[in-house]
Amino acid sequence: MLSTSTSTSAPSSTLARLDSRVAIVTGGSRGIGGAISAALAADGATIAVIGIPLDRERTDLLRASLNGAAKLVEFYEADVSDPAACRSAVAAVIAAHGKVDILVNNAGITKDHTARKMTVDEWQAVLGVNLSGPFFMIKAVLDHMIENRYGRIVNISSVVGHTGNFGQANYAAAKAGLLGLTKTLALETARLGITVNAVAPGFTNTEMVAAMPKAAIDLARSRTPVGRLAQPFEIARVVRFLVDDNSGFITGSTYDVNGGMYM
Amino acid sequence: MFTGRVAIVTGGTRGIGLAITEILAQEKAHVAAGYSKGSTAAETCAEKHRALGMSVSTHQGRVDDFDDCRRVVDEVLKTYGRVDFLINNAGITLDKTLRKMSAEDWTNVINVNLSGAFNMTKAVLEHMIERGSGRIVNISSVIGETGNIGQANYAASKAGLFGFTKSLALETANKGITANAVAPGFIATEMVSAMPEAALAKVVDKIPTKRLGKPEEVARVVKFLCEDDSGYITGAAFHVNGGLDMA
Repeated sequence: MLSTSTSTSAPSSTLARLDSRVAIVTGGSRGIGGAISAALAADGATIAVIGIPLDRERTDLLRASLNGAAKLVEFYEADVSDPAACRSAVAAVIAAHGKVDILVNNAGITKDHTARKMTVDEWQAVLGVNLSGPFFMIKAVLDHMIENRYGRIVNISSVVGHTGNFGQANYAAAKAGLLGLTKTLALETARLGITVNAVAPGFTNTEMVAAMPKAAIDLARSRTPVGRLAQPFEIARVVRFLVDDNSGFITGSTYDVNGGMYM
Repeated sequence: MFTGRVAIVTGGTRGIGLAITEILAQEKAHVAAGYSKGSTAAETCAEKHRALGMSVSTHQGRVDDFDDCRRVVDEVLKTYGRVDFLINNAGITLDKTLRKMSAEDWTNVINVNLSGAFNMTKAVLEHMIERGSGRIVNISSVIGETGNIGQANYAASKAGLFGFTKSLALETANKGITANAVAPGFIATEMVSAMPEAALAKVVDKIPTKRLGKPEEVARVVKFLCEDDSGYITGAAFHVNGGLDMA
């Protein structure tokens, strides 16, 4: 099942249209990433979903679910933990559309085990996709964005990056690491027309969360003051806001969207 | 977007508050803009907006006076029937190094900037809880994170707003009400322009984006947090500071 919501707010006077913008959304075919692709596409952006082979079909499903509302939602294959694959995918996007304005580092995986049982492979795999992946993608787009003196980079972190979570030493470390990457890159690019921010969602109604044991989901809900999980579009709309032309004074920030779970 | 909604913006006739008033009124909310002094300027502001087709009323009052907040909120409720958004924006500075800061300098700033938010929130909260919906946005400051020479009182008041926001968010999360802080960096307002030129140049040099923010760049974040779809954002602090502080 596709857990993508296409429900986004109507464009408002404080948001510029994205018609001329080209956006890369890693893992942008489903879950929170799918909702991000949908939200940006709804306002006119050209979307390049970057993902693993399975995501090709999921991107087709996403495109179909947008009912023609989207201008262009394309798929480019790359495992973001592979720097060369990131470079070729970005080069292909630039070859096709001439530029990249927006990069949303959303792709993420989980391999949960308590630290005692977590293997080195599980640690490396999660760090590779969730933390090194964004670095490799940023490396692949950065010179281009600097040349254009324009860029909007949003890294999707997690409430777990703030709080830690039982059984998620790898995931929590990766998501906390993203905050350090975000701030450093923000400092390095602030004068160049590029903003870099993080969005840290709470527990969101996606396949990734649905795969958690029911008791863990119930616990997460009980620890969320608003008493429910987030819908993907509630995260996506914050990303949409941050990638807007008018958000140029927001950089190095983490925007938490967690129902009050962590303050 | 906000047709039929009513917002109260304290300090809503000048600076960042004025930009908030304008952005909410542009989206068809009625905005009750509070001010403490300068009734002529406030009236001119209201008339200008009415001429532009916006629904803006101005209300004189003192946020540091608990009973006066109640009076103003009652006045708004009586005239406009409801309050959907409360933007606690009113703020003052009385800058001195701690060695020279008087007890009065301290108390005045804390009373307006921090207790003012408490007083106003108390005055609207029962109404919001009864209706099961509300958006409260407290305008803090980057100084609440970083501190600033000569601003012990201001920094304490703005940091205090973070604690206030979080407690309020926890207490109201199951009642359809969100409470968030927006923390601007240095924004081109009268308050900032009043700084000596050399000091201002130093400040701009410290901002990674190398410029001051515009009031509208803060106001649009406030507006975003007021939207119906922002119900999952509560207890958060959204920073708009050009990278000046990355807490």
